[in-house]
Amino acid sequence: MNLVKTPDAHGRFGPFGGRFVPETLMNALFELEEAYNRFKEDEDFQAEIRYLLRQYAGRPTPLYFAKRLSDELGGARIYLKREDLNHTGAHKINNAIGQGVLARRMGKTKVIAETGAGQHGVATATVAALLGLECKVFMGEEDMERQRLNVFRMELLGAEVVPVTSGTRTLKDACNETLRYWVSHVNDTYYILGSATGPHPYPMMVRDFQRVIGQETREQILASEGRLPDVIVAAVGGGSNAIGMFHPFLEDEGVRLIGVEAAGLGLDTGKHAATLAMGRPGVFQGSMSYVLQNEHGQVQPAHSISAGLDYPGIGPEHAYLKETGRAEYVPVTDEEALSALKLLSRTEGIIPALESAHAVAHAIRIAPSMPRDALLVICLSGRGDKDVETILRHERGEKA
Amino acid sequence: MKATGTNAIDETFARLRASGEPAFIPYLTTGDPDPDTTVDLVKAAEEAGAHMIELGVPYSDPLADGPVIQRASERALRHRVTLADCMKVAVRARERGVKMPFILFTYYNPPLQYGLERFFTDLAEHGFSGVIMPDLPMEEDGEARRLAERTGVHLIPLVAPTSEGRAERIVSRARGFVYAVSSLGVTGVRDAFDAGVDAFLAALRRASPVPVCIGFGISSREQAERFSRVCDGVVVGSAIVRIVEEQLDALTSPDPEKKRRGVEAVRSFIAGLKPRTSR
Repeated sequence: MNLVKTPDAHGRFGPFGGRFVPETLMNALFELEEAYNRFKEDEDFQAEIRYLLRQYAGRPTPLYFAKRLSDELGGARIYLKREDLNHTGAHKINNAIGQGVLARRMGKTKVIAETGAGQHGVATATVAALLGLECKVFMGEEDMERQRLNVFRMELLGAEVVPVTSGTRTLKDACNETLRYWVSHVNDTYYILGSATGPHPYPMMVRDFQRVIGQETREQILASEGRLPDVIVAAVGGGSNAIGMFHPFLEDEGVRLIGVEAAGLGLDTGKHAATLAMGRPGVFQGSMSYVLQNEHGQVQPAHSISAGLDYPGIGPEHAYLKETGRAEYVPVTDEEALSALKLLSRTEGIIPALESAHAVAHAIRIAPSMPRDALLVICLSGRGDKDVETILRHERGEKA
Repeated sequence: MKATGTNAIDETFARLRASGEPAFIPYLTTGDPDPDTTVDLVKAAEEAGAHMIELGVPYSDPLADGPVIQRASERALRHRVTLADCMKVAVRARERGVKMPFILFTYYNPPLQYGLERFFTDLAEHGFSGVIMPDLPMEEDGEARRLAERTGVHLIPLVAPTSEGRAERIVSRARGFVYAVSSLGVTGVRDAFDAGVDAFLAALRRASPVPVCIGFGISSREQAERFSRVCDGVVVGSAIVRIVEEQLDALTSPDPEKKRRGVEAVRSFIAGLKPRTSR
């Protein structure tokens, strides 16, 4: 078993992954895979992406030693990988730049994307503006109400936000609707998928574009501490920031990799998004992976205070890392994430995104019992500005 | 269980070929508005002249379907209609005297959770002759194809206008018939079809060892007749499901007479779609 050289030629990570989509899309997926494999080796393509990540997105992002948080918890030395400092405020821009440049090189002039909280939608709208691409973002009507400012941001950037009124009217159905639109417009439209999910080659491609997180972290921790971290913690919804962070460390057996899922109101309430903890393998939105579903194979609505984690599926590579035992996955509730958000805000002056606050919460659990010289890295995937209204409403006891 | 004898889909096509008729294949979402009513509607479809029927399994994430069939799925799921319930509808329709072949239309995950082996065995035992899975392309269908062969249930493949370079391989292993997708997009009514659709169908028919039927967006007798001149049959789905939706009040009425009128309205609509063309 080789964990690094994945997926195989069929887009499989062990039993997970693959391409479970309508026949209409199959040639488009092959065309995409072929183009990606070709450009991946193209120095000019890589140079353009490196340039944009550096000069436009602001990379490399710092690996910041959180001294006050470390002292407060009294255990491991805690580092924050500051993806929140990227342009548009989250790691999503890494992938949007990669796929945007790829789309343009493939000669596509129209791009589409799904979004939940709006982070990937904003990142895609941003890159579309930068590269002169026409952009449509599909967003659940309920999420549009919850994230009005992000809707307006996308419109300012010149994108059209298409309300999704079907099903749950959240991210899950925004993904369905984006796929449906793609089936109808596959000849001239590129789908910039935002997470390490969906049919092959997306999970591989999104991972590759997000690997920069882990690669930088590796260089930075070696420079500051002279050794690799003991533990890395990252939040997992679809799993793109976590897989980008984990992947460059897969072969370093001494580095413990922990993905944090949203336990919402609690695993026993049925209102959660803990796909790996509570789901079963199944086929959902183009790939075989763990899915929150009932015994009849109907996909169940997820719940999390964090819109970015509020998703009943997960990327196939995470399912594989769970089954092989290379990574472990733990749940964190809405309340735990909120307390972690407050602690980080008050000790470090950094308001994390609610997604990232799940990772912080687990670090808060384990750091105190770790030795003082142990190294713990948290992937701080995004900033919390977008969540301030949600938090305010939660504090007032309103529905988030 | 080893398949024995011939498949009812093949027998039906042989009979139609002899009489020079195109196959007329309506689609219904099973359990919309409830399983009892679906049994009535299957019976009505046969009376309206259907040669076979596609029974759709309601699913939470029907990504190949347009809004009409999405809403039908949601209505059926409100009654918690399961894959097992859909199979029972077929058995009850047989008990009511329905003779035509049944084809199950389902997304891949419900059978996967049911257990693929048990799924195919039960399909055969409940009187299904074929199955269509719109999110299972040939690259992923190895296990399903093996079980389909073993149980004698035809795994009917979809071919799209974008299947260039793939269509020959798909049709070469097709069983029952090839389901040609009329144009890009999800299920649902369309005003216009792609200009290349005739050439697409002609190429499929040249390559295919089994009949070629067209579906996705066919909503009138004119369209059904136009296509039945260039292929072996037509599937009509959303147009019928939309009439079921229009008749919801009647179909869910406790008054038997009102309900009968609802079923009759659907029957008469389906009869009005049937192509009169002979080939």
